[in-house]
Amino acid sequence: MPIQYYIILALVLFCIGIIGVLIRRNAIIIFMCIELMLNAANLLLVAFSKMHNAAATANNTNVGIEGQLFVFFIMVVAAAEVSIGLAIIVMMFRNVHSIDINFLNRLKN
Amino acid sequence: MPERAELGVMNAIIFSALIGVVMMLGGIVIKSNAGIKLLAIILLFILLGSHLAEYYDLFNIHIQTHGMLAKSRFGMFFNTIIISLTLLYVLLSGDEIVKVGTYGAEYFALIFFSLCGATILSSYNNLLMLFLGVEIMTIPLFVLTSSEKKNLKSNEAGLKYFLMGSFSTGILLMGIALYYGGTGLFAIEASKAANEAQQAFRILLPLGLLFIFISLSFKVSAAPFHFWTPDVYDGAPSVFTSFMATIVKTAGFIAFIKLFELRSVDMGYSWKILLPLIIILTLLAGNITAVFQQSVKRMLAYSSIAHAGFMLFALYNPNDFGKQGIMLYTVAYSLATIGTFAVLTKMKDYTYEGYNGLAKTKPVLAATNTIFILSLAGIPLTAGFFAKYYMLASALKESTSNLWLVIVAVLFAAVSVYYYFRVIQAMYFKDGNAETTEIKPFFKTLLIIIAALIIVIGLMPSLLLDLFYA
Repeated sequence: MPIQYYIILALVLFCIGIIGVLIRRNAIIIFMCIELMLNAANLLLVAFSKMHNAAATANNTNVGIEGQLFVFFIMVVAAAEVSIGLAIIVMMFRNVHSIDINFLNRLKN
Repeated sequence: MPERAELGVMNAIIFSALIGVVMMLGGIVIKSNAGIKLLAIILLFILLGSHLAEYYDLFNIHIQTHGMLAKSRFGMFFNTIIISLTLLYVLLSGDEIVKVGTYGAEYFALIFFSLCGATILSSYNNLLMLFLGVEIMTIPLFVLTSSEKKNLKSNEAGLKYFLMGSFSTGILLMGIALYYGGTGLFAIEASKAANEAQQAFRILLPLGLLFIFISLSFKVSAAPFHFWTPDVYDGAPSVFTSFMATIVKTAGFIAFIKLFELRSVDMGYSWKILLPLIIILTLLAGNITAVFQQSVKRMLAYSSIAHAGFMLFALYNPNDFGKQGIMLYTVAYSLATIGTFAVLTKMKDYTYEGYNGLAKTKPVLAATNTIFILSLAGIPLTAGFFAKYYMLASALKESTSNLWLVIVAVLFAAVSVYYYFRVIQAMYFKDGNAETTEIKPFFKTLLIIIAALIIVIGLMPSLLLDLFYA
């Protein structure tokens, strides 16, 4: 399949993520939208990795491998972020019994 | 110190991660708050020692990183500055840090992990390391921000910071993916001859850089991506705000400069429009909103946005003047901010009224706080003046057509004098009974030392800049 399809798919996923973050009011949903953004980037990295690999020569068959390596780093960091983020959301829920971010207006005086 | 790009792991990265673990385990053994603070200070001295040992070529750990990290004089000098600043910060506010919650040692451990991220950012040579550095630096901060578990404001600030932080990470990753599509590399240096398939996708490179630019603007709270900053800085426990506004923020700028000193060319003409636009918006959003604040803590949050506007000037001429300028700005701004926040944490009331009559009850606090505030406002004879001067001069050095931008920045600096001087006015010219918590003589001595440093650097900035070239 041509690379363009992958780019378009990744950008569409990314835009869904951004729009979700901006318009949804539920902290968990926002969180899922952020994960969607990260996964769009993952998909794009893998697609580009394959594309660059097409230029591999007999001497150097590893061209483009770093893109796939990067994806593993993103997964690890995303997992670390999830653990912190869910802990914060749970702590918030214990105090206000809601995860609606409209509650978050106390700081604006 | 010779430049050795290929052998580039710094002691500071390894040691700061290790001492974080030691600190965490130390919390199991040591129960007293004083002991925990002492351990943190000893560990910071070890970190500073190991870093200086490398700086003067006495001892360092060689690890082959395949060009992922690069050692540079700039990065090494910046590391010296941030480690020293953290040491100063812990000496000043260590007592407050352990008092925030039940597990004092963990806060120090998180600060060390965050410091590890900052040291990675000063030496990265690859976008993978940029990503890891940014994440290692900010993830501990989410925890620190929300560390007052029962305080709703702190919870809210933590959640907001977390959502905004991961949102900007998503944008950063998208930018990196597009950059990779355009160049086939994660290295930040210009790529070798690209093959035909890559040439076709060259357009993705400026787009990727734009995404990275937006994401880093989020991290350093440049307008229009600054809206999380006041809430997070206001809601977080004051001691941790001090850390976030100084060490973490300046490390973000170092990351910014390292990437765009090499890559701003690839953004072409859009860079010339984008940078002044962001600078003016940041100065406007920071300075104008700060005027209307009633709480000193919130005013300082807005003023940190305004300072981000000045630090962005370094991107104009990152090769020589801007780099010296950002060093000077890091030191001047961080010293003054750590000082004002240290005084702020001792106050019982964070509004301007809370400072009324501080000069009568605590003259030393009021006098040193005045010097910090003068430095933040950029009054001559303090370090802040030369810091601002170098920033504006770097824009003029690039091209005299930037004169209008420099004039706008000076006007905004004049606006900032108004809200800074309200604090001085409250301390000296208003009657009141400013209440503070208990103040130790050691704390006062440190404040005087910081104030003296600010004046010495303000009189002779060359002292610091000579160290940079030594």
